[in-house]
Amino acid sequence: MILHELIDYDVLRVIWWGLVGVLLIGFAMTDGFDMGVGALLPFVARTDVERRIAINTVGPVWEGNQVWFILGGGAIFAAWPPLYAVSFSGFYLAMFVVLAALIVRPVAFKFRSKREDARWRERWDWALFAGGAVPALVFGIAVGNVLQGVPFRLTEDLHSIYAGAFHTKFLALFDPFSLLAGVVSLAMLAMHGGAWLVLKADGNVRDRARRYGSIAALIAVGGYGLAGLWLAYGINGYRIVGDYLTDGPSNPLHFEVETTASWLTAYSDRPWIMIAPILGIGGGLLTFLGLRAGREVSTLLCSKLAILGVISSVGLTMFPFILPSSTDPRSSLTVWNSSSSHLTLFVMLVMTVIFLPIILAYTAWVYKVLWGKVTEDDVSESSHSAY
Amino acid sequence: MEFGIVELSRLQFALTVMYHFLFVPLTLGLSILVAIMETVYVMTGRPIWRQMTKFWGLLFGINFALGVATGITMEFQFGMNWSYYSHYVGDIFGAPLAIEGLMAFFLEATFVGLFFFGWDKLSKVAHLAVAWLVAIGANFSALWILIANGWMQNPVGAVFNPMTMRMEMTDFYAVLFNDVAQAKFVHTVSAGYVTGAVFVIGVSAWYLLKGRHIELARRSITVAAAFGLASAFSVVLLGDESGYNATHSQKMKLAAIEGMWDTHAAPAPFNLVGFPDQAARKTHYAIEIPWAMGLIGTRSLTTEIPGMNELAEQADRRIRSGLIAYDALITIRAEREATAAAVIDQFENHSADLGFAFLLKRYVDDPREATEAQILAAAGDTIPTVWPLFWSFRIMVGLGFGFIATMAYFFWRASFKGMNFPRPALHLAVWMIPAPWIAAELGWFVAEFGRQPWTVDGVLPTALSVSALSMTEVSITLAIYIALYTLLFIIEMKLMLKFIRKGPFQDVEETDAWMARHTERLSGRHNADAVAMPAE
Repeated sequence: MILHELIDYDVLRVIWWGLVGVLLIGFAMTDGFDMGVGALLPFVARTDVERRIAINTVGPVWEGNQVWFILGGGAIFAAWPPLYAVSFSGFYLAMFVVLAALIVRPVAFKFRSKREDARWRERWDWALFAGGAVPALVFGIAVGNVLQGVPFRLTEDLHSIYAGAFHTKFLALFDPFSLLAGVVSLAMLAMHGGAWLVLKADGNVRDRARRYGSIAALIAVGGYGLAGLWLAYGINGYRIVGDYLTDGPSNPLHFEVETTASWLTAYSDRPWIMIAPILGIGGGLLTFLGLRAGREVSTLLCSKLAILGVISSVGLTMFPFILPSSTDPRSSLTVWNSSSSHLTLFVMLVMTVIFLPIILAYTAWVYKVLWGKVTEDDVSESSHSAY
Repeated sequence: MEFGIVELSRLQFALTVMYHFLFVPLTLGLSILVAIMETVYVMTGRPIWRQMTKFWGLLFGINFALGVATGITMEFQFGMNWSYYSHYVGDIFGAPLAIEGLMAFFLEATFVGLFFFGWDKLSKVAHLAVAWLVAIGANFSALWILIANGWMQNPVGAVFNPMTMRMEMTDFYAVLFNDVAQAKFVHTVSAGYVTGAVFVIGVSAWYLLKGRHIELARRSITVAAAFGLASAFSVVLLGDESGYNATHSQKMKLAAIEGMWDTHAAPAPFNLVGFPDQAARKTHYAIEIPWAMGLIGTRSLTTEIPGMNELAEQADRRIRSGLIAYDALITIRAEREATAAAVIDQFENHSADLGFAFLLKRYVDDPREATEAQILAAAGDTIPTVWPLFWSFRIMVGLGFGFIATMAYFFWRASFKGMNFPRPALHLAVWMIPAPWIAAELGWFVAEFGRQPWTVDGVLPTALSVSALSMTEVSITLAIYIALYTLLFIIEMKLMLKFIRKGPFQDVEETDAWMARHTERLSGRHNADAVAMPAE
């Protein structure tokens, strides 16, 4: 098969760098509001009926939304196997915490309203809260760690060894900068959940979603700005040195890497990427104003723009780095040295080009069928099929 | 064997995958059965079939939630616990997993919500389409994960690249149309269909024994028995096809299942029962069926099937050949583009055996320094522990034939005896509910345990595949998995039993009213054919 040589290896690598970004942003835009609703649940909904309204706004769609995350994981495995191998095993316990939350969440949705017992429902509501808030927080913490570099090294066999005993390596993830990144991530998804609830719910739930959503929007924007300043003055960046191939074999050890004063030099090299942080901050502020004013569709769109800006700014700032190593910079994973083979990237691209539009089409159809607010009547009338 | 990180990680993987596989077969089977029931509803307009769709659909939903939840664990675990495996074969193995997400997960997960929430929002036909899309999505998912697993059993369409220290795909079609994967797919989904059928028949039989929901139960048995009979034939036939495939791709697994230590002159007999003895390398008290093994394994009377001892000797030769490849690999890694052509030739001539040299990594850091004793031990390692395979396989096959008999019986009673089922048969059906799960888990065990000591047959040893984690880390996660999964299992069983005891509770008045009219009409016109009745 030589068809794959139609697209150059380095071009495919950049495309796949972008596609994984698209999947992660797609995940944050869709499952993000499910998680946001979970995180806001104890605040916006106090009675059982209110809780059921909030839960049922995402009830029919969270399952499909979560696939963005699963597909993101699968795409990283298929397109960036070294990244998948190093990050999933390196962040072992943190990944497990996310996993536990994601195991409990589907079950909580399904089982919560299957019994009348108030204590039963109370417990599952906590599970829904944790299932939304914990992954949102941990994803941000992970990004914070990646920006600072992660203490791993690759052996000559390309085994990945992560430094530290298990407790130090877990606790070291929670440094102040990463915690700030975690707060930004949690606040951003809570803002998104608030925007969703304003669109899909009514009455008390909607009113409280406006209030708590706008608080979350302010925290997200403020935290994001603070993290930007921190990156400018307190955190070093990385760069590749010497000659290197962008279409060579995927072996990080063929590259030399050194640390630089700051990641933000990227903005003088590629000024156009300023658009990402502008979108992040502007989208966040517009979401805040939209929530205050009680606008619905436009607020959700602004919230999506904010997510797009915030997540893409991280990728664009670090490019071509994906996972820098703080202890052995030579092991750092970049776009040029940690992808799948030329053929695999091509085959996966063909599959994505065929199926992603189909997925978007039927997902849009499902949202259209489910269009409209979830009201008190809905959850009491059809209490057999609703959660 | 000392218990280290490899064994602990294997234990965790086995527990989580077998737990996941408690839910998968029922999802596969029930999704199709529910879609068939809804098809009958849409075609005839009879409310009883909508009630059946909703009732079995509810049980499907409870089961589906846990299937999804435990499936996420599987996707993450490769990277978390098997990071060298992920690096080494991710170029091939990752692709079907990602395609599974694109093609299957999105389909089933997007439409499963609409299946439950869309009854009032969609037309009958649109809702039926949604039900089928969920079923198709679930089955596609099985296709892609089994293409991935089939590659682990029979790694075609890939070569080792010394520059990247990993296997890389060379032929996507070979990976896709791997005959092991195709046979495995049909075998596995058929097993799921049998599971769904046995479940539906068992629960319905319980209703008939209790004298409840008789109309729903009789119709459910009729659908499930016809579907289950076809599936039970399919599961056994494709199991046989898998056995035939193993003759060329996994000779060791086949010989171990058979308990065949020494090569037998063709056609080899099949050991019906016996007691495999690992230490003595013999199977004691074997009861043989002459010719059967040769016929199953090679479909000929003249082709020889090698025994485990002969295969271990072959492994010994391949380890030595692999060491030549390994030596060349070290040079290539140091010299890169400047490597002499002779070294590259040397590597390419022996690279197919490189995995065998890695078997020595359990004993020495640098395989080239291995002693004769270590090479002998590593060659012996290629023989999996025989007795669990031997017995698991026989129990699975026995159950498989049992399903054919049961399904045929219920199909006959349903089709030709006016849906009247004797009480002993109903009792049997209730007691049989766990059987397909036992068969499915044993089948999975035979496939995976039989591949040891490899994660990818002949390419990457299991001992080398694990992440560099501490025992403490894996112990923590294993303990939490066990606690969490046990809790969820108890909750799931309680909910299942609660809703089975409760019986169908949706559209009750409408269905009962129609049923009464329907019965009256049938009794009023003695000569009328029930099937010819106009639909409402």
